[in-house]
Amino acid sequence: MSEAVFAHRVQFAFTVMFHYLFPILTMGLSFFIALLSTVHFVTGDKRYLAAARFWAKIFAINFAIGVVTGIPLEFEFGTNWSRFSSFGGGVFGQTLPMEGVYAFFLESGFLGLFIFGEERVPRVVHWLSSVGVAAGSLLSGYFIVAVDAWMQHPVGYELDPGGDVHLKSFWAVLLNPYAGWQYAHTINGALLAGAFVIGGVGAFYALSHRHRDFAELSLKMAVIAGLILSLTQAFPTGDLNSRNVVRYQPTKLATMEGLFRTEKGAPLAIIGMPDTENERLIDPIYVPRFLSFLAYGHFSATVEGLSIYPRELWPPVELTYYAYHIMVGLGTIFIAIMLAGVFLLWRRQLFENHWYLWILMLALPFPYIANEAGWVVAEVGRQPWLVYGLLKTANGTSTNVAAGETVFTTLGFAGIYAMLAILFLFLVGRVIHQGPEVENLSAVDPGR
Amino acid sequence: MNVVWFWALAAMLTAYAALDGYDLGVGSLHLWIAHGDTERRIALNAIGPLWNGNEVWLIASGGMLVVSFPKVYASGFSGFYLALIVALWLLVLRGISIEFRSQIDNPLWKALWDVSFWLGSWLLALLLGVALGNVVRGLPVGADGYFQGSFALLLNRYSLLVGILSVLVLVWHGANYLRLKTEDALLERAIHASARLWVTVVILTGLTTVATYFVRPDAAQKFISHPLALVFPAITLAGLVGGFFCRHANDRGAFRSSTLVIIGLMGSAAASIFPDLLTSTLNPAYSLSVYNAASSPHALRAAFIANAIGMVGVIAYSTYIHRKFHGKVRLGRHGY
Ligand code: HDD
Ligand code: HEM
Ligand code: HEM
Repeated sequence: MSEAVFAHRVQFAFTVMFHYLFPILTMGLSFFIALLSTVHFVTGDKRYLAAARFWAKIFAINFAIGVVTGIPLEFEFGTNWSRFSSFGGGVFGQTLPMEGVYAFFLESGFLGLFIFGEERVPRVVHWLSSVGVAAGSLLSGYFIVAVDAWMQHPVGYELDPGGDVHLKSFWAVLLNPYAGWQYAHTINGALLAGAFVIGGVGAFYALSHRHRDFAELSLKMAVIAGLILSLTQAFPTGDLNSRNVVRYQPTKLATMEGLFRTEKGAPLAIIGMPDTENERLIDPIYVPRFLSFLAYGHFSATVEGLSIYPRELWPPVELTYYAYHIMVGLGTIFIAIMLAGVFLLWRRQLFENHWYLWILMLALPFPYIANEAGWVVAEVGRQPWLVYGLLKTANGTSTNVAAGETVFTTLGFAGIYAMLAILFLFLVGRVIHQGPEVENLSAVDPGR
Repeated sequence: MNVVWFWALAAMLTAYAALDGYDLGVGSLHLWIAHGDTERRIALNAIGPLWNGNEVWLIASGGMLVVSFPKVYASGFSGFYLALIVALWLLVLRGISIEFRSQIDNPLWKALWDVSFWLGSWLLALLLGVALGNVVRGLPVGADGYFQGSFALLLNRYSLLVGILSVLVLVWHGANYLRLKTEDALLERAIHASARLWVTVVILTGLTTVATYFVRPDAAQKFISHPLALVFPAITLAGLVGGFFCRHANDRGAFRSSTLVIIGLMGSAAASIFPDLLTSTLNPAYSLSVYNAASSPHALRAAFIANAIGMVGVIAYSTYIHRKFHGKVRLGRHGY
């Protein structure tokens, strides 16, 4: 791999992974804010409004960084990946402006209304604007995932003699079979992270004996939603997402699972270290035949191993393998944490059990790790292809940009983003320190 | 369809310039004319709920360029690599400044973000103008459709002139916007600034028109052979004249005038390069035009329909939101 290609990949990986830290919470929180605001609208209970306002403050800080780090990405398709844009812009680009036109306008417009407009608009409109923000951010996820899904599994195109692709069917691109479960899994992951953030902050208040009512509301909401979401994260969304990988990207599946040899009744490796040199796993623990079952639904199915493919078509094995195992391992732990939470809620011990509250608080960063690890599986596991089966990553870069320029701008991004990260933590920390506005939340709207 | 897309993109970018233009202008101006925390907050609240929506016009235009003319997107963006990345950094800086200023009520904190917002705003206006200038002037696009744009190449005299024009027009536009949104002393200062800026805009528009004739002689030819395109210079002129009559009174008229000038200038620029998107200075045959750089007809049609439907909604709720925040700014509990 040439130095320039490597520089472009590092830059893209860094900027997209940094960006994605923020949409996770945008999508996750917007849903819960809309939920709280709906409950307030229906019942008139001010506690919910105060909670919605509190989360909206954190949302606004998070959103600002999400927006400013998203804009560079869209332009990187042209600046760093110009041969990719020129090759397929007319096809994969279909959903890119739609994200702006259908989702971002909705989101940014209604956010202004929700935060600034409380005194200017009727109550219904204020409530609807919270729903609009959520709809916008969840929708924007779809359009961008559809772009990614096209790179994973290109559809609706035809190749022209010059080697570029042309659009054959708009609907095929929009309704790419790969996009559906990928989207569901991604959104579910974002909502799950939202539940963990709400639960973590609630646990923090409960442990520091502040904002009692708010802490209880948050904890209750977090563990109930969290249990549902952590289950749906694995099944059906994770499971069916894997089925798509089985069907469309056999090399990625074999890499994720560390399966080097094709096997009938393939076992599932729960742990083990891949040894690419000798094409085996070191110290594995297997569940016999289980991989065949997960991939094809019966225990004796044949699963293709990496060794039937030439080495130059292998994705980076270790990175993909470990990322996948981190994601799935964390997913299992999340189910356990949330199950325990709901159990304690049922036994009326949730708000007093210090052990549990500490665990929930410290668990806050881990859904982020799982989400990022999932993207590493998806993107690194797709290598060496940029568009699976059609365009190699090495042939997608800009040739008129020197490696040194890319290294220089990557360092610039690193500096700016480090500053953003510090500011973000500092400002969100302040909001959490100050707490929700109304100390005593039990007041109900008069006259209802 | 190719021609329709050209004008659709021109319209999107014009809408971006007219909308984000006023908040770039306010950003470049607020340090000078808004004195003290209250006035600064009024100036920033005037754009607070709207700037992000305005910027989406740029993002959507970028996406539309990808689908409609992928070769132009690929060539232009990689060619302008460093300049564009710097523009992206400025966009980051600007967005952060306005959103984070209000987070902490401390004079030093606010001063920091005021200065970075100011810097980000006018530098961005300058860079966008320089980019436009280069597009009008033409670039060394090679046979493969690519070029390598060094800073020395991009910062030529003509493009710098367009860059300065862009800064002044947008600052004038921002001053006119503040005339709509402010009262008392701040309003007085906005009017004063607007009247002075009008003079500089007139001078630079004249200079740029003459300069364009020299760097791009075929542009005049295009206006002669397609007299319909003369509406754009006419709109510019109408805006400038309108600006003269609204210098001291009629704030609404002043804002309309600067909007007209932006529409006229963007339209004239588009008309003078049409049908090229990137004109090659090496060989006219290498130019990327609406015909040789476009997606397939099917892709153009699909994307046009998909986005046109969405744009109806965008225009409807953008209008609604601008209405809701219409009128003079009053500082309330929720604001900057
Ligand atoms: C909270 C986060 C989280 C958790 C707990 C899980 N995932 Fe996941 N996973 C994601 C968050 C995520 C993600 C970030 O959202 C990804 C990246 C791309 C995508 O489609 O979703 C992803 C990707 C991803 C892929 C790759 C898809 C592709 O290559 O396009 C597979 C096969 C799975 N997941 C399967 C699972 C399974 C079987 C899980 C069982 C517990 C699981 N994930 C837990
Ligand atoms: C959904 C929209 C996305 C698109 C269109 C997209 C597109 C791309 C492109 C063009 C590359 C460069 C080629 C390559 O090296 O593979 C890439 C690489 C990468 N992307 Fe994505 N990506 C998307 C989402 C994400 C997200 C959300 C993440 C992580 C948070 C991510 C993580 C990565 C990583 C880690 C690489 C580097 C892979 C490598 O260098 O081996 N991507 N992606
Ligand atoms: C290469 C991939 C990506 C590109 C080019 C991209 C582009 C952008 C852009 C331009 C914005 C700013 C929009 C505004 O001004 O409101 C943005 C924000 C956003 N993006 Fe991304 N994005 C990418 C990856 C992703 C992924 C994978 C997701 C989710 C699945 C996502 C979800 C969002 C959301 C919800 C926002 C709204 C604001 C926020 O981030 O907090 N993005 N993105």
